[in-house]
Amino acid sequence: MSGTWITTRAWLLMLPLLVVMIAVIGWPLVDTVRLSFTDARLVGTEGTFVGFDNYAKMLGGSNFLRAFVTTTWFAVVSVTAEMVIGVLAALLLNQQFRGRTALRALMILPWALPTVVNATLWRLIYNPEYGALNAALTQIGLIDSYRSWLGEPGSALTALIIADCWKNFPLVALIALAALQAVPRDITAASLVDGAGPFNRFRYVIMPYLAGPLLVALVLRTIEAFKVFDLIWVMTRGGPANSTRTLSILVYQEAFSFQRAGSGASLALIVTLLVTVLAVAYAGLVRKAAGAS
Amino acid sequence: MERQNPVFTAFVYASALLLAAIILAPILWLFVMSISSAADLSTKPLNWWPSEIDLSRYRLLLSTIENSAGAAFTASLFNSLKVAGMATLAAIAVAIPAAWAVSRTPSISWSLYGVIATYMLPPVALAVPLYMGLAYLGLLNSVFGLALVYLTILAPFTTWLLKSGFDSIPKEIESAAMIDGARLDQILRLITLPLAAPVMATSALFAFLLAWDEFFYALLFTSDLRAKTLTVAISDLAGGRVSDYGLIATAGVLAALPPVLIGLVMQRALISGLTSGGVKG
Repeated sequence: MSGTWITTRAWLLMLPLLVVMIAVIGWPLVDTVRLSFTDARLVGTEGTFVGFDNYAKMLGGSNFLRAFVTTTWFAVVSVTAEMVIGVLAALLLNQQFRGRTALRALMILPWALPTVVNATLWRLIYNPEYGALNAALTQIGLIDSYRSWLGEPGSALTALIIADCWKNFPLVALIALAALQAVPRDITAASLVDGAGPFNRFRYVIMPYLAGPLLVALVLRTIEAFKVFDLIWVMTRGGPANSTRTLSILVYQEAFSFQRAGSGASLALIVTLLVTVLAVAYAGLVRKAAGAS
Repeated sequence: MERQNPVFTAFVYASALLLAAIILAPILWLFVMSISSAADLSTKPLNWWPSEIDLSRYRLLLSTIENSAGAAFTASLFNSLKVAGMATLAAIAVAIPAAWAVSRTPSISWSLYGVIATYMLPPVALAVPLYMGLAYLGLLNSVFGLALVYLTILAPFTTWLLKSGFDSIPKEIESAAMIDGARLDQILRLITLPLAAPVMATSALFAFLLAWDEFFYALLFTSDLRAKTLTVAISDLAGGRVSDYGLIATAGVLAALPPVLIGLVMQRALISGLTSGGVKG
């Protein structure tokens, strides 16, 4: 068979997917760009062309900067914690001990729990009146009066980060564990004979096997964390005093609560651009890491 | 092998217990709340174990008596099943030929990167036109419209997973059949797809779990019993005026049950899907 026919056939087979993706992704994306230059309302007015007004207004306002800082803080702290705890858990699960298989099986539970259920569960745990956290901390004597963890700007974001970590560190752990199990046993054995300490063994023998998969996990988790919406919406709706208002929440409010489709669209595209820059930078990192190992 | 130092062994067991406690405590507490009486949940100090087991909330939420809290809950449960089911079937249907084509045709494999790139898009970047489009088509607040929108997430994702699955099936089997004179549809139907059945099943499960989990679009595009999904129903409960925390917990347990059971039963397949997707990128 000729090469052109094979290529044509391949495109024909791709056609249903392409049609679907143009309909639900391509067209909406292009239309978001169009809307971002108009003052359209969500319902009613079509909107007129306003140039870069929306962008200037959104980037110039204090809301955007604050949401950007909140989002970055959320993403950096939770993803770092997830990576560290995840790798530690994987190193543990890679040891021989009784109950190891059962513990591995348990790790999938937080991952399988729907995000909204996770958010609801932690909201109940943090409840100022009857929440388990207040009860537990008072009963062991760490605090003497109940606190409103999600109701105080000082603690709300940290409380959200803990909830996010709990759900997502197992995913990092499972990816890291799979990579650890690919480390050939004779190499670790040889490094032991050569007298390498645990730290050096981790750094020079195990890390090269972990680096690639961990970078991919890092990319996936960072992009997800940067887009975070459901966890925050269910737990705090961006409050108190906007202390947990991330970029996705801000776009939602602009476009849907205030029905300002045009400026909401421009904000959404700014967020998209940020995620893209992040992803491209990471892709470069991954390629470099793959080339190095 | 590792030297079996008793101090090290004790450290391993202590860490394992700690990890198990971290994982299990919140989940067990959700379950305990769901079977505790309202009185047990609102005493200080808190009763960590119910004085008597109260299953009434499960009966309440699973009842289908008209206009009850149960009717709203079961309606959202069925909506979630319908939306996730329809979206999964449609995603798999378009992903199979595309993933096979990408896997077997190096000259178009670049197009897969375009497909994967859509994963980076924040849903808010598509939400406004999708909202207006669904409104125009009269598909707001319909399970069909929501399933259509879910394809933004499921179609690229399943294509990506299926492609790495097809990659692991040797091309040579297909070439041999082609030399024997089989047509493409026969090769796919009789050779490739049966061999890819496990991968297709895993991809379908992943897609179903993603759709079951989805909240953002469901929040935007549904408003009442006709299409509201489970995730939206639960967030309504959690953010509403319900003061029976046990009832919220029960809804959570019921919504978590299908994915958690799938997770436990299909553990091996899901982990290998996750990691092969993750490692190969």
